[in-house]
Amino acid sequence: MNEPSGNIVTLNGVEKSFGAVRALAGVDFVVAPGECVGLVGHNGAGKSTLMNILAGTLSADTGEIIIGGAPQRNFSVVLAHKLGIRCVFQELSLCPNLTVAENTRVLHHAIAGFGWRTRAGRLISNQLDEIFPEHGIATDAVVGDLPIGKRQMIEVARAFTITDSPLRLVILDEPTSSLDTHRASQLLSYVRRVIGKGASCILISHLLGEILENSDRVVVMRDGKVVAVDRASGFTRDKLVAAMGATAVAKTRSTEATGARRGSTPVRVQARPATQTDSLDLVAHEGEIVGLAGLAGHGQTELLLSIFRASTRGRRFVRRDSRNILPTAQSEARSTVPGAPGLPDIASRSLDDGAKSGVRARSPARNASRSDAGRRSLIRVTDPVALIAGDRQSDGVFPLWSIAENIGIRSIAALRKGVLLSPERETEFAERWQQRIKIRTPDLRNNILSLSGGNQQKALFARALGSEAKILLMDDPMRGVDVGTKLEVYELIRSEATAGRTFLWYTTEMEELENCDHVYVFRNGRIVADLRRDELSEERVIQSSFEEAAHP
Amino acid sequence: MTSVSGAPAVRSPLAAINVSRRFLRAILPGLSLVLVLAGIAWMNPRAISYFGINLMLNLAIPVALATIAQMFVITVNDLDLSIGTFVSFVACVGATWLHDNPLFGIAVLAAAVGVYALTGAVIYLRNVPSIVVTLGMLFVWQGLAVLVLPKPGGKAPDWLHGLMNLHPPYVPFPIVAALIIAAIVHVGVMQTSYGAILRGSGGNPIAIGRAGWSLLKTKVAMFTLAGVFGVFSGLALIGLTTSADANIGKGYTLLSVAGVILGGGEFVGGRVSPIGAVIGALTLTLAGSLLNFMRISPDWQVGAEGAILIVVLAARALINRTGRGA
Repeated sequence: MNEPSGNIVTLNGVEKSFGAVRALAGVDFVVAPGECVGLVGHNGAGKSTLMNILAGTLSADTGEIIIGGAPQRNFSVVLAHKLGIRCVFQELSLCPNLTVAENTRVLHHAIAGFGWRTRAGRLISNQLDEIFPEHGIATDAVVGDLPIGKRQMIEVARAFTITDSPLRLVILDEPTSSLDTHRASQLLSYVRRVIGKGASCILISHLLGEILENSDRVVVMRDGKVVAVDRASGFTRDKLVAAMGATAVAKTRSTEATGARRGSTPVRVQARPATQTDSLDLVAHEGEIVGLAGLAGHGQTELLLSIFRASTRGRRFVRRDSRNILPTAQSEARSTVPGAPGLPDIASRSLDDGAKSGVRARSPARNASRSDAGRRSLIRVTDPVALIAGDRQSDGVFPLWSIAENIGIRSIAALRKGVLLSPERETEFAERWQQRIKIRTPDLRNNILSLSGGNQQKALFARALGSEAKILLMDDPMRGVDVGTKLEVYELIRSEATAGRTFLWYTTEMEELENCDHVYVFRNGRIVADLRRDELSEERVIQSSFEEAAHP
Repeated sequence: MTSVSGAPAVRSPLAAINVSRRFLRAILPGLSLVLVLAGIAWMNPRAISYFGINLMLNLAIPVALATIAQMFVITVNDLDLSIGTFVSFVACVGATWLHDNPLFGIAVLAAAVGVYALTGAVIYLRNVPSIVVTLGMLFVWQGLAVLVLPKPGGKAPDWLHGLMNLHPPYVPFPIVAALIIAAIVHVGVMQTSYGAILRGSGGNPIAIGRAGWSLLKTKVAMFTLAGVFGVFSGLALIGLTTSADANIGKGYTLLSVAGVILGGGEFVGGRVSPIGAVIGALTLTLAGSLLNFMRISPDWQVGAEGAILIVVLAARALINRTGRGA
């Protein structure tokens, strides 16, 4: 740290405060050329603030920033870019209304004048080809129309494109959070190639395995300070977790044979994706945690959403149906409007089940994918459902509301006093859940956005768990959440499941699947494997994700 | 759908739906225009002639220019409530000072554009809602218009009158003008590389800022352009009417917003279409003629225009719905 001349970046005693909150309390940090630095720490440890300072989007209160041996005074985004520092921010920084090529132009001030669109398009498509072969992204596609995984691929590829300024350091903040295993490994191997050529990289990830495997050196942050620095080989998972100061919750992998338990409790959810060609169903019993695995974007979210839709629509139908004593209703997957309210199809009845499985269907559900009109999606849900969305910014939080309001919204009927909402009950309700799920905030009346990402996610869990819902759908909600929070939430999920709730959990992380009693692997919109807890292994999941595995 | 080997089988139909949805959305403004034209042709076939179209669409030019002005503001997620009274003010200046003392008139109009730029800067720097600022400006322009021209009257400069009454061969002037306006703004906003930045600053301002662009500059640029097109609109208007009054632009605020939305624009997110906006302005103007031919009393016309707007927006919402859940 004493010879800054050889380093790409040297930070000395950098401090930054936001109001009363001290985000960085004197950080020393160096990056050498051709080095990948892994940066880990809890949400709120100061990683993102530090990276924002390096990228020039925030300015430090005090401290020294030395880039390429030259101390920087009026450091800015433009200057950082000129000096070869690129940053892929955790929340996506693409303009959804622009095309892929136009978004590339946004980063490169040099691409202007006649033919700029073609040049920008060629630049990004070459880069995408190099990092993610067979990416299937058209450069004239509007970014907002693309799924989140592809958007992240574009964002990452864009950071590596070069025009007039060199590429010396790329900061990747949770670059794989929306990528499936396959794409993530393509990215990480590309990062290693770039480092081999002499560029440097800062990798921030909550996947400690990813950090340990891909970094040369690991920096651990806690409470705005660097608390440990060592070669990656000097760390183990447990050592990292200890250094981060994670709430030490022993990993309780219940080994009880859940195969035996299955069937002893009633079925809560039975669902078959619309694109399913055989009769493999997703079945979830009371008190079970059921995992939905496979590569990202292979129909897991769609199935969760259609289950959710089936349940909300069910409420309206149930009265009508109970008069007809209609055991189940099935609907044609239509080529129209998936989310639109429509008339129920009471035309077709399925004869096989209902009585047999003890399930009463509440509603027909419409197909989520329009590609196979005519096939049937069959969904039965017995109890109220709550959904914990994956994209908390767009589908989860109400950004203008307080934390308490955000928690209470799913349970509004229980928070009434007469016909009006009772603020006291709302606060009381929120406080109960704050203690239960440990949301870190001085005041629940603060705006929800004052919370860190992990705590916002906790508030969303509190919203769902606090409701009357017996079935909880989780659409990969732990994306980008720190280890400590994750372990706390896993614990809570297990205890709620023991108490009789059913969880359907879509996740791309193997670690989370280990909490599940039963795992269904998805591929191309279909369930291709049905694994019991004792059959579950990473190999099995990956194998099934990539090729059709013979299922029992 | 993330693509892995074998995935294209799933992806291609979805992609096709995406494309057709975009296509449907893109032709919707044109389709509404054609429907209104067809209605007019059916009610009164003689109206579809060189002079008929000239008469019906004359007033569409200032509306189209005001709509474009509004579109610039909407691109950066703001709304300009003052554009109507600004058009009135410009018309009053045009029919008095610009006629009597051209240099002074030009200076006043340039200063007015400067005020627009300043409005944009204030909205960005003080982070106040544009609705509040432009609502205030609405009264400022209204007051200034009354000060400049207390009684209806004045006289438009002859060159303006001449320009607006051109009779090009075969194609009526309003259509030529609409094509030119749409083409110029389309190239400027949709095709140039800085146009992408301007639209991007409506789509995701943080991303634009992080890429090292000045958001103050984009905001001021858009408001300045809005001022410039507001001036064009006011001048085009007195070129047609030859005189002005302080309430001449009344109704332009809502017409311009309706035109942008009718033309496929969205209130937030930088999704706008200059060609659509011009078509939207033409449709709204023609809708007035159609309602006249249908002998609907002027009292009901505003309501009928609203109904047209609702129908088109409902159609768009339906198209959007079809694409959701993918």
